[in-house]
Amino acid sequence: MNTNTAGRKALPITIRGVTKTYGDIYALDDVDLDVRSSEFITLLGPSGSGKTTLLMVLSGFNRPDSGSVKFGDTEVIRLSPHKRDVGMVFQNYALFPHMDVNNNLAFPLKLRKVGGADIAERVKKALDLVQLGGLGERRISQLSGGQRQRVALARAIIFEPQILLMDEPLSALDKNLREHMQIELRRLHEMLGMTTVYVTHDQREALTMSDRVVVVNHGKLMQIDEPKQLYERPLSKFVADFIGESTFLPVVVANGQATVNGRSLSLAEAPPSDDSHQLLLLRPEKLEILPDGPTGNYNCFTGKVKDLVYQGESFLLYIDLDDGEEATLRSPTRREVLDAVPDRGGDITLGLHPEDTIIVSEDV
Amino acid sequence: MVAISQDTMGVVLNAHGLASDERRERWMVFGLCGPALFLIGIVMVVPVAWLFGLSFVGADDTLSWENYERLWQSKSYARIFKTTFEVAFVTTGICMLIGYPLTYMMAQLPRRAANIAMITVLLPFWTSLLVRTYAWLVLLQRKGLVNGWLIDAGIIDTPLRLVHNFTGNLIGMSQIMLPFLVLPLYASMRAIDPDYVKAAANLGAGPIAAFWRVFFPLSLPGLFAGMLLVFVLSLGFFVTPVVLGGGRIIMVAMRIEKSISLYSNWGAASALAVVLLVLTLACLVVAAKLLKLDKLQSSGGSEG
Repeated sequence: MNTNTAGRKALPITIRGVTKTYGDIYALDDVDLDVRSSEFITLLGPSGSGKTTLLMVLSGFNRPDSGSVKFGDTEVIRLSPHKRDVGMVFQNYALFPHMDVNNNLAFPLKLRKVGGADIAERVKKALDLVQLGGLGERRISQLSGGQRQRVALARAIIFEPQILLMDEPLSALDKNLREHMQIELRRLHEMLGMTTVYVTHDQREALTMSDRVVVVNHGKLMQIDEPKQLYERPLSKFVADFIGESTFLPVVVANGQATVNGRSLSLAEAPPSDDSHQLLLLRPEKLEILPDGPTGNYNCFTGKVKDLVYQGESFLLYIDLDDGEEATLRSPTRREVLDAVPDRGGDITLGLHPEDTIIVSEDV
Repeated sequence: MVAISQDTMGVVLNAHGLASDERRERWMVFGLCGPALFLIGIVMVVPVAWLFGLSFVGADDTLSWENYERLWQSKSYARIFKTTFEVAFVTTGICMLIGYPLTYMMAQLPRRAANIAMITVLLPFWTSLLVRTYAWLVLLQRKGLVNGWLIDAGIIDTPLRLVHNFTGNLIGMSQIMLPFLVLPLYASMRAIDPDYVKAAANLGAGPIAAFWRVFFPLSLPGLFAGMLLVFVLSLGFFVTPVVLGGGRIIMVAMRIEKSISLYSNWGAASALAVVLLVLTLACLVVAAKLLKLDKLQSSGGSEG
């Protein structure tokens, strides 16, 4: 394993007009996407959204109806999977059960006619890289889930592909191990610099690991942004809803002024010009309790306390808003905050900072 | 601490009752096997033991080795055993060559189509063995359908000798044995996660390399299971060699039948049966050792 590849320019991926239909269903609907050289990009979406289909188009296991996929300047859309030279980590790892760890790792090298001594050396280096040194003689059935995951990763990168594809590689691991592996995958990516396309349905995982996140739904790319931008400035109701918890209030936008039930909102950014199908996004952790009623330039919402759920480091407060929806507020369990919460049924005023007052378009 | 103090205070902790419950449940589960064990005892263990005993009884109703001595001394018995193993071996080989590609194709089909294919494979099972064997006679005999077609088509002038010989016996036995190879092999191939082959392709293996390096080794447990089944069943086969062998193919089972029905020599028949049983078991042991079946089984397709 050449660990000194950080400076190398990995191949970018250019996807244009990729469409895949199953009967009347569009698994992929005219998808365009540019993945930059050495970028870690995540396809995030609910099951059946088309994210895995897109990954399979990249790996060559799914033949789309039309479209173009380029690795660098090379068109690969009609290239067989075994000629694409991309690394891939399968969801269930797909480690060959009739081979030990060493032979699993040597498999791609043997096919590339690498010499025996060279193979042994590279297998050892790859095992060290994923911190499994000394486990080369083990059979796959003797490995734990986390170890299998590492072997699968090592096998996907041992032949030094410039592109790495991962299909929900951590979904079979328990929560602690998953969070640990997220950090390790990030570290490996920074070290090896492969252009990486990662598929997950776990929004936190996507936000934690990625340079950019692509939200996929119904075969369409809904939004492509850096994690912070995606969370703080979602463009549509679907993206806001899928990433994080959300409550929506209907908004009327007229003459550059956004109003909720006739009350105008202070906004950090000018509201979208389109006046129909707009929604105000209320995130639980962006809402504040205003014990002394409306203050400053906060956008304020009044309501009655419905329920409080204590969760240790934070608590959840359910509020029936006078505007008609049920809002959720999440806050750390600091004493002064908890003390400010009225009893069940009591009146409460919630504040939302103009910077956090986000208007999204309703999905049509 | 709490439990100990309660115990000392005389609170019953039910250890004895819980253990006896555990024992009773285990016996009840074991009891479910009772009828099967009883049946096996009646139809299998007792008759085999009885045969074993008979094989040591000589013509003068005394204990003797004479049945085994005769087997050992007579060349005709050696020839019969040789024929039997030859037939079983070649039948297994033919079934493997025909059955593996057939099963591979079935395992690639969508479920519904594969089920239909499986029904067609199993269809012959629904007719009697004897009927199927005589059907082959109709097809293969000197003036049978196959020879008729070949002559009408101008491919041959004189009829081929397709039956009443080794060839005819093999044709019939292979057809009858094929499902015994296909069934375990199909189950084993279906259990191979398609992602293994995908992973092989992703790592750079073309279709041929992916098959030989990944799919084929993973299908071996099923293939060996099927081959052993065919081999062992072929060793004891009777009806087909009688009808299609035309007296030229004499297998052990036929000789046993003859010993009893013609000569009423139970001792000789029993000795033949015991020797066949021992040789079959020896084959199984050698095969298991050579192929490390248990190891292959544990690493088979159903991983993860």
